[in-house]
Amino acid sequence: MEQFGAVKRSKDGQPVRYLIVDDSVFARKNLARMVESFGGQVASEAGDGLTAITEYERTHPDIVLMDITMPQMEGIEAAEKIVRAHPEARIVMVSSVGYQENIVAALQRGARHFVQKPVKPEVLYEVIKYVLGEDGAVAGAASAGA
Amino acid sequence: MKMELIQPFINAADAVLAQGLQCSTSVGHLSMEEEAYRRHGVAAEIYLTGDIEGRIILDLAPETAVRVASHYAGAEVPESDDLVRETVCELANQITGNAVTALNDQGFHFRVHPPVLHTSEHGAKSSEDTEALVMSFETERGNMFMNIALRYNRRRQSERAAVVGQ
Repeated sequence: MEQFGAVKRSKDGQPVRYLIVDDSVFARKNLARMVESFGGQVASEAGDGLTAITEYERTHPDIVLMDITMPQMEGIEAAEKIVRAHPEARIVMVSSVGYQENIVAALQRGARHFVQKPVKPEVLYEVIKYVLGEDGAVAGAASAGA
Repeated sequence: MKMELIQPFINAADAVLAQGLQCSTSVGHLSMEEEAYRRHGVAAEIYLTGDIEGRIILDLAPETAVRVASHYAGAEVPESDDLVRETVCELANQITGNAVTALNDQGFHFRVHPPVLHTSEHGAKSSEDTEALVMSFETERGNMFMNIALRYNRRRQSERAAVVGQ
């Protein structure tokens, strides 16, 4: 896998903590490997929208990576419920179904971004940096640019 | 079954498999299925509902499924591991999702249901209004089979025509 500069939290320099939500274990493992290659830490995983809400309350991650098509509760509904309770939540939808209605619906209900599967690590890396904004920093970036 | 329904699945499978397996793929055998579906090995089935209805099955011989799962996992995965079946389900999900995205751009609306493992040896025989097309994709990890049975939802089509005609 490509080498990425570690993305840390600006406020304390700690790894960015992720909640990974997907009904596929395969997809969760793949995403976990990617975020770990970005210097992140998996705070928790969930296989459906209902568990995602519970896990968000329990772990308060910096970023949620959320699938859309899942059993029990779909990702867009779960995202809406999380954002309603926690407006600061940063949720990135990750789905193989990337048509405009889905994207617009997700963004209207509080998701910050959308990444289509199969996920390219370099795309997810850029999206994470964008979504974190000033709350994230690439380790060594300041000195590298100096 | 019209080619306009099939081509997005061929394109999506080509893109998903080429990216995931990091190798080139080519479409091998392609035919209309006359008999009932017969499973090759590890098979994942996805149902579509909406303007077009039906199902897609991605089917890999057991040894191919193990090779593909091991490639994605970055380590040898035994055939008994759930990850082998998970991998086939997720690949079916990605191929279908990407194809449906392209069809949506052509004006078709769907609901994609989560993948389920196809565990029986046989499936339903194709019917007059739901023909099944079988195609194989040749890759360095082995051949992968896709069985597509879709039909236009006539009720949804007539509703759309009525709206357009107003």
